[in-house]
This record gives sequence, C-alpha cells and structure tokens, in this order.
Amino acid sequence: MTAPHPESWLQVTKKGLYCKPGDFYVDPHSRVDRAVVTHGHADHARAGNAKVLATPETLAIMRSRYGADAGRILEPLGYGKSIKIKDVEVSLAPAGHVLGSAQAVLSWRGSRVVVSGDYKRRRDPTCAPFEPVPCDVFITEATFGLPVFRHPDDAGEIAKLLESMKLFPERSHVVGVYALGKAQRVICLLREAGYDRPIFIHGALQGLCDLYESLGVALGPLEAATAAEKVRLKGALVLAPPSALTAAWARRLSDPVSAMASGWMRVRARARQRGVELPLIISDHADWDELTRTLEDVAAPEVWVTHGSEEALVHYATQRGLRARPLHLVGRGEEEGQ
Amino acid sequence: MTPFAELLDRLSYLPGRNDKLRLIADYFATTPDSDRGWALAALTGTLDFKAAKPAMIRALIAARCDPVLFRWSYDYVGDLAETVSLMWPERPSANRAPELGEVVIRLQEAKRTEVPKLVEGWLDSLDANARWALLKLITGGLRIGVSARLAKTALAQFGGKDVSEIEELWHGLEAPYEDLFAWLEGKGPIPEIADSLTFRPLMLATPLEESELEKLDASAYLAEWKWDGIRVQLVARDGEARLFSRSGDDISRAFPDLLETIDFDAVLDGELLVARDGAIAPFNDLQQRLNRKTVDAKTQAAYPAHLRAYDILFLEGDDLRDMTLEQRRKILEKLLSEPRSRIDLSELLSFESLEDLTALRASARENSIEGLMLKRRDSVYLAGRPKGPWFKWKRDALTLDTVLMYAQRGHGKRSSFYSDYTFGAWRDGEDGAPELVPVGKAYFGFTDEELKQLDKWIRDHTVDRFGPVRAVSPGLVLEVAFDAVQRSKRHKSGLALRFPRIHRIRWDKPAAEADRVETLAAMMET
Repeated sequence: MTAPHPESWLQVTKKGLYCKPGDFYVDPHSRVDRAVVTHGHADHARAGNAKVLATPETLAIMRSRYGADAGRILEPLGYGKSIKIKDVEVSLAPAGHVLGSAQAVLSWRGSRVVVSGDYKRRRDPTCAPFEPVPCDVFITEATFGLPVFRHPDDAGEIAKLLESMKLFPERSHVVGVYALGKAQRVICLLREAGYDRPIFIHGALQGLCDLYESLGVALGPLEAATAAEKVRLKGALVLAPPSALTAAWARRLSDPVSAMASGWMRVRARARQRGVELPLIISDHADWDELTRTLEDVAAPEVWVTHGSEEALVHYATQRGLRARPLHLVGRGEEEGQ
Repeated sequence: MTPFAELLDRLSYLPGRNDKLRLIADYFATTPDSDRGWALAALTGTLDFKAAKPAMIRALIAARCDPVLFRWSYDYVGDLAETVSLMWPERPSANRAPELGEVVIRLQEAKRTEVPKLVEGWLDSLDANARWALLKLITGGLRIGVSARLAKTALAQFGGKDVSEIEELWHGLEAPYEDLFAWLEGKGPIPEIADSLTFRPLMLATPLEESELEKLDASAYLAEWKWDGIRVQLVARDGEARLFSRSGDDISRAFPDLLETIDFDAVLDGELLVARDGAIAPFNDLQQRLNRKTVDAKTQAAYPAHLRAYDILFLEGDDLRDMTLEQRRKILEKLLSEPRSRIDLSELLSFESLEDLTALRASARENSIEGLMLKRRDSVYLAGRPKGPWFKWKRDALTLDTVLMYAQRGHGKRSSFYSDYTFGAWRDGEDGAPELVPVGKAYFGFTDEELKQLDKWIRDHTVDRFGPVRAVSPGLVLEVAFDAVQRSKRHKSGLALRFPRIHRIRWDKPAAEADRVETLAAMMET
C-alpha cells in the first residue's frame, strides 16, 4: 500500500491547520479541543485551548503569559521524544526560533509532514539550533521570502549599536525588541560582545526575561527602565517593545537614539517609515538564503509555504523541480509583521 | 569603501543636523587621505561618473538573477541600487574589497566598455551595505539628506575653522583635497587658489515673514524686483569669462552669446534671463537654454541669453565685498554706464515707506517678476545666508481648486505611499459634458499624516492601474498653489503651472465645484 498523500489528512480549516486522523490542530487560530503548539509567540500559541501539547519551555512561556488560560491540560514533550495521538505519531524537533520553539513532525501510515512553525538557521545563544528532518511535505514560513532579505552577521549589528553609543555618549539608546525571544537574544549578544553594564528594560519585558533566566539563559544585570532615575538613563542602553518607542513612555529617556532590532530593518524604506535612526538587522526568522538552504536540507519533494512572500518561495521551489504551493493560514506573522 | 558605506548608512537614517555633523567630522578625523577627500567630493556632489547608468546596473543583475524574483524584489524595495545591493548573489573571488579612492580613480580612467566588468567585480567583493554605497555613488544620487553646505560645515567643525573660510577656497580646490585637509589639521599652509577664474560663494536672501515686515526700517533698504530667472555669477579676467550657477557649476559653454560680449575685468552677481529687445521672456524660454552642455546657433538666436546684474564682488582684481551695498552699487553702475546688448542693471525701485513697498509687490504681475528683493544699504557681501541684510519677498501664490486624477507611488521613504499627484480642472468635452483635463503634478505641500490619508483615499478609490500609477474616480479636491501659469505643449490643457504644490486638501468640497481650465487660463499674464 502506498502512503497517503498529506493533502488527504492535513487540511486548512477556519480554526487553523487540522490533522484529521489525529483530530488535533497545529497552532490553531481559535480555541480547539486539542492543539499542538510550535512556539510561544501569540500568533501561534493562543489561550484557551483544552489540551495543549508543546515543549516544556513553550508551555512555561504560555503559562507565564496566559496563566490558567494557557490550557486545561498541558502535555510537555521534549525534543526528540514522540507520542501517539490516535494513529498519528507526533514528535518535536528544535526550530531555532525562540526558546522552546519546535517543528511539529507528524507521521501517519508512512507519510510524514513537518510543520516547521517559525524558524531560523543561524546560531542563537538563547535556544537550541534548528534540526532538519527529512519528510514528504515540508511546511515552511516565508516571512522574509524575497531574495533581498539576507540578514547580515548579528555580531556586526551589535557592534554598530556599541559604536553609536560611543559616538553619542550623552544620548540614551533605546532598542525596539519583541518581548519574547528577540529581547533575550539581543541581551545575550550584547553580553557576548563584552557589554557588562546594566541594561534597562521596559516593564513588558520583565516577565519573560525572568522566565528565560529561570530556564537557564543568563542575561546579566537588568534594571527596570521605568523605575530608574532619569539621570541614570543618560547614555544608557534601554530595551523596549517597538510600540513603546513612539509612546509617551519614551519621553523619560534623554534625547534617545531610536534603534530597532528586526529583519525588516534590511529595507531602508521600512526603517525610515518607522522613524528608526539606527536599524539593527537582527531577525528570529530565516532569511532568503536560510529558507532556500533549508529546502535543500530537508529534501522534501513537496513544500507548502505560509505567511510572508509565499509566491517568491513557491516560484523558487518550482524552478528547482519541487512541488510547491502557498498555504493560507489565518492570523499569522503578527509578531514581526507590523 | 566600507567606512564610507557605514558613514552613508548612518547619515541616511539620522535626521538631526548636529548628529550628521558629528558623524561626518568623526569620519574625517578617522579616515586617511585620499579616501576622506573623495568622500568629501561625493558628499558635496562634485563627482560625476558618465559611464555608470541605471541601465548598466539592470543589465548586471539580469545576468545573475531570476527575472521574476528580481521584479518582485524591486517592486517591494522601490529603489534600484538598494534592490541590487541586497539580492546580488556574490561569486566568491580573490578580489579584495576596494577602497573608495580606488573606485573613483579606476572609474574615471576606465573606458566606457570596461565599466560593467569593474563594477561587477566590486559587487562580488563588497558586502550589501558597501554595494549600496557603491551603486549610489556611481549613479550620482546619494540622497542621504546631506547638502554640500552641511558637508562643508562638518569640515569646518573638524578643522576648527569658520565655514566661510572653506566656502571662499572651495571652488579653487580639487578632489581629493589633500592640501585642504593638511591645512585643517594644522599640518600645512592655507591652500592657494591658483585659478583666478573661480566662483566665489554667493550671498543669499532669507524669505521675509509678515511679522518681520512691521519692524523693517524702510529707509535702510534698497529695493529691486526679484527676477524669475536663475542666479548666476559672471567671472571675467584677462580677456576670459566664465559663468557659474548658484551652486558653483561652470555653465559657460552653454552661454557663448553672453560671454563673448564681456570686455571688462570683474566678478558680477546677477540674474540670467532670456530677453528679446529688452523684454524679458517667460521662464519657460530660459529653460530651453538650461541643462545643456553646448548650444547651437539656432537656439542662441531664438532664446538670447541676458544678464541682469545687481551686484559686483571684484573689479580689476580688487575685492569689493567689504564695501557696503551702496558703494558697490555705484561701482557697478559706473561699469555698466554704457548700454550693452547682453547685460543691463537691475533697476532700483523708488519708494518712501513700507506701504509703498507693499503696493509695489502687489503690482508685480508680470511673469518675469517673482516679487521684491530688499537689501540693506550698508550690507557687506557675506557668503551664505545671513539673516537680516537681504530679504526676498515673493508675491502671493496663485491658487486653484483641482480634482485628483492620478497618483503615483513615491520613492525612497515614500516607496509604499502614493505620493505624486496629477490633478485636473474641468472643461466642456466634445459632447458638451464636463470632462477633467490634467493641468499639473505635485508631490509636496502636505504633512506625513495627510500623506497617509491621501494614500488611503487613493487605494479606496482606484479605478485603474498602470504600473506604479493609479487612476482614481473624480472625488477629491486639491487646492494647489503655484507661482505662475505658462503655455505648455506637455499638458492636454495647453497650460503648465510653475512650482505647483498642494496647498490644502479640500475633503469638504464636491469635485463638481472645482475650478475650470478657463479660470486657470485667465491667470496667465503677458
């Protein structure tokens, strides 16, 4: 008997990607009875599902964000272990996106699909590196699915920030970062570059920074920016969610240089539209070269492409002789999208 | 190349003038000759590479990339140099990354046919940011919000001098300016300007605000018309004469008819115009003579060049700039006392009071007059734009209520916004029904917030698309301001606006009540 084609058992529904023989959803968009969650970003991990399967780290992140609403039953599954949900074998492989992020590997009757969630391929001191898993269908993100997105070396971007702090020592530098993943990665990269002064953080980052520390990611001295005396913020390094950069909150900083750590900073017009004075191209999503390299590494004959520039990656994969199609999932790409 | 690229990159994002000055001065202090000199030349716009055009860059990328992926990428990024620099697939090679000076010199020495190979090799050896800087540099559009003046100010800060000292020397110097840097670092003497036929920095006027008017002591000022031509400097010495634009570009070769009449030894400041038998022609006529490298006899005869002089900076080698305007004016009048075919004096207007001036300004309705110039009688000739001694007082703009017809996506910062607007006025169509005809195009005069609202309106009211252009249904009235109306073959209406800008967005006004083409035609003067 030939293995069933994944199209016959994995479908896009209104609630999200649905695995029929296992009767569960991967990263559902609205509440379901049983969810497999790839990572803790809000556009993948929603509150209020009945049963949630994820890595222990992702479950910890969900509990810290949603409290009791994280899910009625939380089932931890470590990397490399597998369980059966009905007839479907499920395992989680590291995705290298943020702490605890995983690819969901689903196998049914000899047919295997990898739902990679969000991923990147370069080194990240805060999480386990991506592991390619051979499969029949690889579902990939395409947040940066255009060949213009090629992230530079992150150490160079951190050097740019430190250089600017030297040139403008009287100004504070405020870096816009997403609260989960980016904030902790930027802090770790700064520590690796030898920056050992306290880093001031916006209140919205506190909880997740504490959680990372408790899960073994050392971040060095952090202080609450909101509680700090104004004079101490002079010439200081401050991390805040992107939305805080333009909010009244930023007024406490002395003539701040406004920086932003995001893959979108690669395109000048995007950075300027946001009024960013120091763009730092640091992304937790694969760039074009990482996306295309991953297609080679997983060697799947068929690729489904979600959130981002699907058509460019589909075009590329088709040119390479793969079967490829866009997969339209609702509500994706919000954490870095806007 | 990398330090220069990093400088351009930072400059392109930092909006503050003082921050930019610090970045540039820091670059001059940490970069060796001759690279910093070439960077200065690039920032002041004095480099020109003839063989490196956008078409060549398109050809290079077409040979390396999938055309579909390139098109999508270019659509997304909105800037050719940036798209190519980001997606360029490097081929590993033994080439090391070139220094800025090396790029400049090899490009200047290369034959046209050798340029693509050179550029391709550099693109392979540089990183994305340096590729961007390279492409911006060689296609001649840095667009990083740094004027030549700002670069010179940073240079002055770096060397602890006044910027006027640099301006004075500037046009006698050549890139890569090693003598200039040596002087600024206290390692050499002040550079000598060998060529006496050099441009001297101009004195510029500030716009007169209504609030300043009342405080003005009319008796301390001389008044002239503000002519609608281009500001030039005529430099004549030892039987040779040159004409410079206001930024110091030598435009002599385009105006032999004017220069062959020069028989004196002086530096004059004046307005370049086209005049026939003493009558000033509209600016449109002057445009036929501008931006040309050379000019044929027919064009010279059809659009005769004329200089209307208003100041004198040097006479027979003597620097007159420390004299008062009144004293200089007497010398100028004496120099031009005999009637000449191609040069005359900008006449002084007689007036007694501020009311006279107000009336004079209001009476200025000829096309060749933009308003009034008020200059202090006792003003010495200072480089730059000192506030107070000279004022320009433009006449009120004309306005018209028009209807938005087409919008085009902008570039750079505006690459995701519809920011260039073509607007029209009503007339009777062949079937008698009213129809809109385009009368002009404008891309500024609105705030960032208004731009967002306009962009949204356009996206919601699009009826057709042609590439980056959208046609919209006639529903939005734009009140446009402009300085004058001229005949034009370019627009269907037969009319063109001079210096049009969006004055107000009339969200409240129904499109049917916008103005008619006839109203615009009536605003056209002599």
